[in-house]
This record gives sequence, C-alpha cells and structure tokens, in this order.
Amino acid sequence: MTVTTDLVSYEDALASYDPVMGLEVHVELGTRTKMFCGCSTELGAEPNSQTCPTCLGLPGSLPVVNAVGVESAIKIGLALHCEIAEWCRFARKNYFYPDMPKNFQTSQYDEPIAFNGYLDVQLEDGEVFRVEIERAHMEEDTGKSTHVGGATGRIHGASHSLLDYNRAGIPLIEIVTKPIVGAGDRAPEVAKAYVAELRELIRALGVSEARMEMGQMRCDVNLSLMPKGSETFGTRSETKNVNSLRSVERAVRFEVQRHAAVLGDGGTIVQETRHFHEDDGTTTSGRVKEEAEDYRYFPEPDLVPVAPSREWVEELRAALPELPRVRRNRLREEWGISEHDMQSILNAGAIDPIVATIEAGADPVSARKWWMGELARNANESGRSLDELPITPEQVARVTALVVDGSLNDKLARQVIEGVLAGEGDPDAVVEKRGLKVVSDEGALGVAVDEAIAGNAAIADKIRGGKVAAVGALVGAVMKATRGQADAARVKELILEKLGVSEG
Amino acid sequence: MTDSPIIKLTAAEIAAKIASGELTAVEVTEAHLARIEAVDEKVHAFLHIDRDGALAQARAVDEKRERGEKLGPLAGVPLALKDIFTTEGIPTTVGSKILEGWIPPYDATLTRRLKDADVVILGKTNMDEFAMGSSTENSAYGPTGNPWDLTRIPGGSGGGSSAALASYEAPLAIGTDTGGSIRQPAAVTGTVGVKPTYGAVSRYGMVAFSSSLDQGGPCARTVLDAALLHEVIAGHDPLDSTSIDAPVPPVVEAARNGSVEGMRVGVVKQFRGEGYQAGVVQRFDESVQLLKELGAEIVELDCPSFDLALSAYYLIAPSECSSNLARFDGLRYGLRVGDDGTRSAEDVTSLTREEGFGDEVKRRIMLGTYALSSGYYDAYYGSAQKVRTLIKQDFEKAFEQVDVIVSPTTPTTAFPIGERADDPMAMYLADLCTIPTNLAGNAAMSLPCGLAPEDNLPVGLQIIAPALKDERLYKVGAAVEAAFVARWGHPLLEEAPSL
Repeated sequence: MTVTTDLVSYEDALASYDPVMGLEVHVELGTRTKMFCGCSTELGAEPNSQTCPTCLGLPGSLPVVNAVGVESAIKIGLALHCEIAEWCRFARKNYFYPDMPKNFQTSQYDEPIAFNGYLDVQLEDGEVFRVEIERAHMEEDTGKSTHVGGATGRIHGASHSLLDYNRAGIPLIEIVTKPIVGAGDRAPEVAKAYVAELRELIRALGVSEARMEMGQMRCDVNLSLMPKGSETFGTRSETKNVNSLRSVERAVRFEVQRHAAVLGDGGTIVQETRHFHEDDGTTTSGRVKEEAEDYRYFPEPDLVPVAPSREWVEELRAALPELPRVRRNRLREEWGISEHDMQSILNAGAIDPIVATIEAGADPVSARKWWMGELARNANESGRSLDELPITPEQVARVTALVVDGSLNDKLARQVIEGVLAGEGDPDAVVEKRGLKVVSDEGALGVAVDEAIAGNAAIADKIRGGKVAAVGALVGAVMKATRGQADAARVKELILEKLGVSEG
Repeated sequence: MTDSPIIKLTAAEIAAKIASGELTAVEVTEAHLARIEAVDEKVHAFLHIDRDGALAQARAVDEKRERGEKLGPLAGVPLALKDIFTTEGIPTTVGSKILEGWIPPYDATLTRRLKDADVVILGKTNMDEFAMGSSTENSAYGPTGNPWDLTRIPGGSGGGSSAALASYEAPLAIGTDTGGSIRQPAAVTGTVGVKPTYGAVSRYGMVAFSSSLDQGGPCARTVLDAALLHEVIAGHDPLDSTSIDAPVPPVVEAARNGSVEGMRVGVVKQFRGEGYQAGVVQRFDESVQLLKELGAEIVELDCPSFDLALSAYYLIAPSECSSNLARFDGLRYGLRVGDDGTRSAEDVTSLTREEGFGDEVKRRIMLGTYALSSGYYDAYYGSAQKVRTLIKQDFEKAFEQVDVIVSPTTPTTAFPIGERADDPMAMYLADLCTIPTNLAGNAAMSLPCGLAPEDNLPVGLQIIAPALKDERLYKVGAAVEAAFVARWGHPLLEEAPSL
C-alpha cells in the first residue's frame, strides 16, 4: 500500500486547524494469574501451554473474576482521580475473530469500574496540561495470531495462521481519555507526555511493568481536525497499536498533516482504523468502517456484579503511593536541578536507581552523575534499560564512597564500575582483583614526578617561568606512569612544589 | 427375555441393598446395562453408553464396601447423564452435530460430584440440540420415544433422561432446565423432575444455552430419589460465580417427612384457560382437591406479568444463546467443514455452522442476534429484562401469601412425534407454565398426578417454591406422591405398557 496523499506541512496544518485527540491505552496487568481463570500470565512460555477450559472458551467453561485485577483497576482509577463505581457489571462484546476463543470479549460497556478523572502531564518546558479521563474499565486480552507466508506479517496474503492462547484472558485495563482539545501545535507532545506519565503512574502503582516494547502497554490514537474557531469535531481516524512514546508523537503528527491535506483538497476524512509504520512514521488505511461495528453488548450473565465497598476503596486510596509527577517535583527541588535535567532523568528511567543510590548513602550529585553518565551510556550501548544492568544502586553507592574517602579517583571508579558490570564482583572485589588503588605513597609518587620533570624539561621551564597552566601535561605524564592510580590533585601539588611555583 | 427385578427398584432401595450386601453394584449396573441393550433401540434415550466406565465405577464401589469403607447415600446407583455436561474422555455432543467427535478434557463440577459420590454413570442421554426444544425432536441424532407410547415425544429438551427413567433403563437421571427442560419431560413421562433454585447446582461444565436461566437438576421416579440426588449435586462451586454460597436446603429430610398440613398453597389464575387439555385440567383440579384434603389452605393468586413470560423468555434466551454459541466456529474443536486448504477461516466457520447447527438453533441465534442489535436492544432485550423484574415481583408478592404455588406442569400430555415439529410457536407453548420460574430464578418440581382420561397419558403437577426454599418442593411433593400412590395402589409408572 502506498501513501497517495501529499502531506501538508505541520505548521501549515496547524495554521488552519485545531487537532482533537482521543487516546485509548490498554495496560496488561501484572497479576500472577489471568482475569477469569487460574492460568499463569508468565511471558515467554511455550505457545498454548498456559491455557485451561476457561481461557480456551471450551464448551461449559465459566469465568471467575480475579480479585487482584479488580483491585488494580480501582488503584488505577483512584490515581487518575476517577470516581469508582459502587456497582458495575462486565459485558460481552460480541465479534468473531480466531484469536478470541469465545468469539466475544468479556469487557465492560456502560458500567465501567472507574470514570470521570484526569491526569496532569508536564511538558518538556514545565507547562502542565490536564488530560481528562473518560473511563477506565476491565477486560481480557485476546490470544495472539501469527500470520505465516505473507510478505507483511498481516493476514493479507498469508498462507496460514498460528494461534497462541497464552495471552487470552490476561487482564487488561483500558483507559480512555475525553477528547483532548486545546493542545494546538503541542498535540503530539501532549500525547507523548500523557502516555509517558500514564506509564510512570502504572509502574508507581505496581500494577504492571507497562513495558511498551513488550506489548504490556498499547496505545490507540484517535485524531480529527476542526477548522480554527469551529467547535464541531471533524471525522476521526483511529490509528491502532502505536507502541512506543516516540511513535505516539509521530503518529499524531503524521495524522495531523494527512488530515489537513485531505481536508485542504476539499476531501472528506473516512472513519477508519489505520496502521502505524514504525519504519517511516506513516499510517496506512486498515479496515474501513462502512457502518459502526455492532458489538451487541449485553451484561455478562456468567459473572456477578462487581460492587467494591466504600471502605475498601478508601483503604486503597489511603495506600496509594506518591504520584509520579508530585514525586518528581519533590525530588527536583531536593536535588536542585532544572525541569530539563529532571526530564532527561525521567526519560532515561533513572529516577528510581538514583533515589535508591542516594538511599544507600551516596550524595545526589554523584548518584546522578553515575546513572546519567557511565551507566546510561553502557545501557544504551548494550540495548538494556538501567534496571537491567547487572549493578545495584548499593554497589554504585559503594563506588562513590570509595571516591569520597580518596581510595579511588574518577578514572579508577569508572574501571570499578566496568568491572562490576563485567561480572567481576562487588566494587571492593574489583578493586582488589584489578589492583586499583590511588597511589598515595609520597616516595613512589616523588620518583614519578622527578622522572616526569626530567623527561619534559621544556615544559618544566615554562612552568617555572610562570605558565602554571602547563602543569596539566606533567600531571598527565605522571598519571600515565602510574597507570592512573595516582591522586591527580596531589600530583599537581608535588610538581608545583618541586618546581618552586605556587598556584596562586 | 425377562428383565431383572433390580431395574424396578428405586435409587434409595438400590443403595440400601448395596450397602447391606444384598446386591453388588456390579450386579445392579449389569442389570441396567442389559435393560438398555434390550429396549434402547426402540426408546433411543442414550447417545452414548459407557459400559466399561460404568462397570469400573461399580467395581470400585464393591471394593470399597469389601474394604469396609463407608458408602455414600447413592453409592453404586446407576444414573443417566444428560449429554450437556462435560465428561472427561467421554463424548459430549449437546445433541448437536457441531460437537460430533469432541471428547472433553475435563469433567463438569456436577460430573465430578457424581463420581465422588460413587454414582455409576451409565452413559449420556439424548436431548434437543443445545437444550432448545420441548420434544427432543431437535436432536441431531434422532428423536427419543416416550416409553408410554413410542410414537409420542418424551418431552424436551431432556427427553433422553425422562425416557431412561420411564423405561427403567436407569433409576436416576440428570436434566437441565432453561425453560422447563426437566419438568415438562418429567410430566409427560410420569416421572419426577426438579429445577432447583438458580445457582443451587454448578453450571461449570454444563454447555451453556442461556446462562441466566440454565439450571441443572435431579430426575427420578420418586420424590425421595430426587431429593437424594439433589443433595449430591447441589452446593457451592468456586468455579461458578453465580453458584449459591450457602448450605444446601434440607431436601432429603423434607422428602422423608412429606406434609402439607397447615400450608398455604397458591393457584395462579394465569395458569389455565385456552390451550389446556381437558384431562390435564381435570387432574390438576383433583390435585388441588387432594391438597385441601391433606390439610392445605388453597389461595387464589393473580400474577398478571406471567402472561408476558413466554415473550420475554424468547428474547432473553435467544439473546444469550446467540453469544454463548458464537464459540462454535470449527477452529478449535468439534466439526470442521470445508477446510480444503483454499478457503479462509471465515468461510470454514460459515460452512461449519451451516452444517453443524440445526434449524431451531439457527432460528434462535438469529432471533438473539437481532434482539441485541444496536437500535433494537432497548425495545427487545431491555424490555424483556423489565418483564423479568415484574415476574420476580409477582412471585415475591405471591409468596407473601402462600408457601408454594401449584399448576399443571405443561398444558397437554405427550403429543405425537412430528405434530409440532414445523410449528415453533405451538412447541413453545409446552413451556407456558414452567418458564416464569426460570425467569424469576426460584425452584420448582413436576411429579405425576394421574393419567388424562382422554388419552391415558401422564399428567404432571408442578409445585413452585421461593428461591432457596427448595425443601418445600420435597415436603409437598412427598405428601402428594404418597397420597396418590395410596389412591392408585401403585406408582403411576406401573400402568405404562411394557416395552
């Protein structure tokens, strides 16, 4: 499929139209068992090994609600400032698809467990944008189809399909925003910030790891444009399965440009679902909704209503953790850093490791420096997230302690970190094995300094002549000779002393 | 050939004789298997006979007894299981072609309870496809004959179970009742059938027709036998969210102490009139007279919403069935048609459903799909649910005045096979008196109250109790049964012609 519409530039599009967005985010809960049966939710198992009569939809099987799933839904609802239903039911969403064993999805329809909330999201420059939440409801995931034999991996052109029902029945919470208006040219940024903030929130609540790359959090982007000054929403497109923060931003941007081009040519937007392409950031038409799909929702007769007691809801509310944005602002003030720096730390996923490192005794500056420097680089190069690195915050704190007490300098500390990452053991073990200790033996240092002065007579003369800045070259020579194990500050002092020059 | 006298024994008698060592469970099972062999070709009550499994189960009971272990109240008693409950390793078809060849990998909770109670499961009985029907003619595997007259229907959907009892192929059977599928077959075969309170018997492993109405229950030839079976199969099941989490009502105790002395018995105005066979009305009126003689006070009741019950039922049940039956798509189990490597999954599903489902099932799937469609939901499904609420309220009001309600179970005696097969509306009327109970979720029983003079076929008396008061059915039922048997000089079934 090729994109036939020429795009309008983003700036031109925004000059004529206001974007309206609706974001639907599905979060796979991290419950141990599925939503309606006792099967494991562990990822990566043999296909169809984590199934039972209920999640396979065998004749006669019945669902039973996972209480932890309900609790997680309420926590999410509360953290999104939603009202929690006193009484609500599941509903059946009827449609045929091979990866759905019962050919209906057990979901919620007009009685969601949580509704009418909001999430404040902070943009890069610190501006806060309030995204209103329509509802959060419970449902079950479908199985997974793998289409084999076609070029695109889509069903079109495939010779056959493989079905894995391990995912069928995993609890999902679908969080739906109200129409997001007024974001203007910042719409893509707002969309991305919303999904990012939601992800932080979900993680802080401990209800899911919300890893987008693992499909634990998936986003559908609905977008329409209305002419500037109009209050009537245009026809929307639904871009499905936009599965990274960057993609969310790009998908919004692309759809704004595409809609503007179609509308600008006097065309009409077709209400349809669209596929997002990670490779070039475009979307293409999926299935056209000629008429609204009729899911024939009705209350699920196999389940009793969910009626969370007010006492329970209040208990859960009282136990909510500090919300991520509030926490970030607190930490930012404690650490005395800028919005921008905090944003970078957030983007790197470094908040929790830094906090833990500080808790283990490190000072905030050092903790930030290691996690945002050496460790971030290593994670980046090895394609891992910070929390996947084989080093603990306690170990990082130990390294900083060794620097503080003068046992290590920065260069040596980096080598220690490297050793820990390479699996050589604790920082102290690495120091021991590699023999990494600052050389503070004045005698040994004195010899190295004398040799450096002797071997660099010209530079030594310049220093004697008052060019103190040239001392760096001699310090470098000493450091080289001691394989970096000397205390550079002490080396400098010794050189100046021997040359009879004072720094001031 | 001569039949073993064992087959005429009640379940209670069989259990007692096995416990005392007078009979072995294997002897009892063999006698019933022989009876099945002798008559089932004519009756066609069974879809599957599990000879080996039944004998193995019987041997295990005998061994238990030899070891001196305590036996349960129905240990070693044979039972005919409606083919709607899953049985691990034994075919379960629900009377449908679409499940032909499916061997379930799991036991229904009810199946498990029967096995745990050492009940001997002889096999699976015939039924209207997916329990949709009142004659068992909708079975994809051919009709079942009524042992009173093999050219007539044994009721439905559980005609296989009622026929197995009336033909002495089994002393106990299991049915399921969505709109009358236990009670109407019991009525037209002169046997006893009970639809317990909704939620009393687990639905886990019972193939769903209409989830909010379906209820499994006991079928037997006597009230006491039904009570003994009731106690075995009822009770809370964590695998069924709609199952009642409360102790099973004292049904056996009630069945052993039948009495209507001082009870208030309601007769509902709406349960008579046009369409009721004269002989049925006559036997019902005599039953009311009998109740009075036994010391009950009769109270006339008006339940206007009952006139709407049939209409509401034929919106709710098809709606739920249209969703419940969506899973039969030929992809994972059962029949698959047209999978020749060129057709899409969608085409294979269409061909499978076209061939695998019978007319009545298709009719109800279409009805339900339509009733749930957006734009029609409120007018059809929504209104039907409101009627359901009204019916519940009428029952509640009624039970403020009376302890139980009585009515004919079904307006006519067994009709000839084929008579209503092409007239769904006529067929649906068979459930006129039974449906309100399903919609309200309370308990009801049918038991024999005589033969209609005009055709010498059994008439059923329905007793209805409030939800969770199932024991009242047995208390009243046992009293009525005892009085009638005393009057007739023998159980009604003795008058059935020998096969």
